[in-house]
Amino acid sequence: MAKITYIEHDGTEHVIDVKPGLSVMEGAVKNNIPGIDADCGGACACATCHVYVKEEWLDKTGEKSAMEESMLDFAESVEPNSRLSCQIRVSDALDGLVVTMPESQH
Amino acid sequence: MSDPAAHVVILGAGHAGGTLAALLRQQGHEGPITLVGEEPIPPYQRPPLSKAWLKGEADADSLALKPLEFYAEHNIDFRPATRAKRLERSRQVVHLEDGGVIAYDLLAIATGARAIALPIPGADLSGVMFLRTAADAEQLKATIGPGRTLAVVGGGYIGLEVAASGRALGAEVVVLEREDRLLARVACDTLSSFFKGYHEQRGVDFELGCSVVGFEGRDGFVTGVRLADGRLIACDAVVVGVGAQPNDEIARDAGLDCARGVVVDLEARTSDPNIFAIGDVAHRPMPIYGRMFRMESVPNALEQAKQAAAAITGRPAPAGEAPWQWSDQYDLKLQIAGYAFDVDEILVRGDPATAKFAVFHLKGDQLQSVEAINSPPEFMMGKQLILSRRAVDKARLADPSVSMKEVAA
Repeated sequence: MAKITYIEHDGTEHVIDVKPGLSVMEGAVKNNIPGIDADCGGACACATCHVYVKEEWLDKTGEKSAMEESMLDFAESVEPNSRLSCQIRVSDALDGLVVTMPESQH
Repeated sequence: MSDPAAHVVILGAGHAGGTLAALLRQQGHEGPITLVGEEPIPPYQRPPLSKAWLKGEADADSLALKPLEFYAEHNIDFRPATRAKRLERSRQVVHLEDGGVIAYDLLAIATGARAIALPIPGADLSGVMFLRTAADAEQLKATIGPGRTLAVVGGGYIGLEVAASGRALGAEVVVLEREDRLLARVACDTLSSFFKGYHEQRGVDFELGCSVVGFEGRDGFVTGVRLADGRLIACDAVVVGVGAQPNDEIARDAGLDCARGVVVDLEARTSDPNIFAIGDVAHRPMPIYGRMFRMESVPNALEQAKQAAAAITGRPAPAGEAPWQWSDQYDLKLQIAGYAFDVDEILVRGDPATAKFAVFHLKGDQLQSVEAINSPPEFMMGKQLILSRRAVDKARLADPSVSMKEVAA
């Protein structure tokens, strides 16, 4: 299990044990964490699972695909550390990961 | 007006019903929640059934919206394999087919839609399937593979997704379509011919403009599809994908206003203030088009679950959306925003031969819908333009050298 901290826009923290193999998005959705909508269920089709990855974790969460890059480019409030959480696969190496959520997913 | 202690009963444990139950808890609803579903498993995502799941790229756990324990942990009384039979609105109770009765303070009808069956001989043969439920998908996956021939009746999105997955699993695939082009009800000619060519290059056969009059079989198993011109298309399995109809009978029988589904307002409330209807079963207003219609899509189910949850918990209604949907076939990502109502002009941006292009449907200088193939910027920006109703510069829109950000600037 990897411990992942999801921080809502208002600062509310949720610390969740997520099974390796799931995506960071699935870890949130399956535990009913507010703030990650994931309308398309992980198909990289909607950009409603946008999160900010804490700087020190950026390397470990991997490279963005062209598709993700392209979707993110049109999401709101995008920052250099923005990711689509459905595209980050959880592994033991991500134990301790911290992600924060934007104000809205539209 | 919201009553945090209200007993909310949700009929239908699909994407809409399951999401509403979860949202109510997420938003602090304290009263009892009962979630009644006719399938034996908790709510799951249907879209992967014709895509990643069918190809073996997603497992059952990953399909589930929430793990089974979620419902008990959040005090949601989930009742699988249970069907509602009748509403008695004057007493605010639901009668179940097993004889049980559930009293409600608030009710949400999320009974979805069912696949339309073909009223033709042989439709009850084994191997003649639909693709609506996880059980349907299990059966299909067990039936097709190398050396098998799959006949798909209906060249709509479901049919094409099944065709693509069938090829990925090594089956021979033939698609039989009544109209003279694919996606005839939902897409323009450009997209129809693009998909036809793309599938043909990957080994799918098409019979367009053909009428299916029966299925033939041996020992109870389907062996072929009979066409009106007398030909027999030999096959080992059939998927019928000719559309769906709303499961709105329970609402009609109870006297709720219905049109092409259960009529609701922007709070997803029906003509009975204690009853909501959400998802595929609802006939709902869509303000950006100034009309009402019924949609069959996950984003619509989610939006209406949000509307109902906001109304029930006394929160502000969601801001309003541009409807959208998606389809995956082979390495193609199709993203569609909006609906092509009253369109007087169609613009193609990019070259279909590159499998990266977008089709924009305009009414005057307003964007009504966009179909984007492997083109997320066109989809994302198109969706925003559809929602804002802003006038669009058509020349710039049709020119791929002008970025979508500049088009919308």
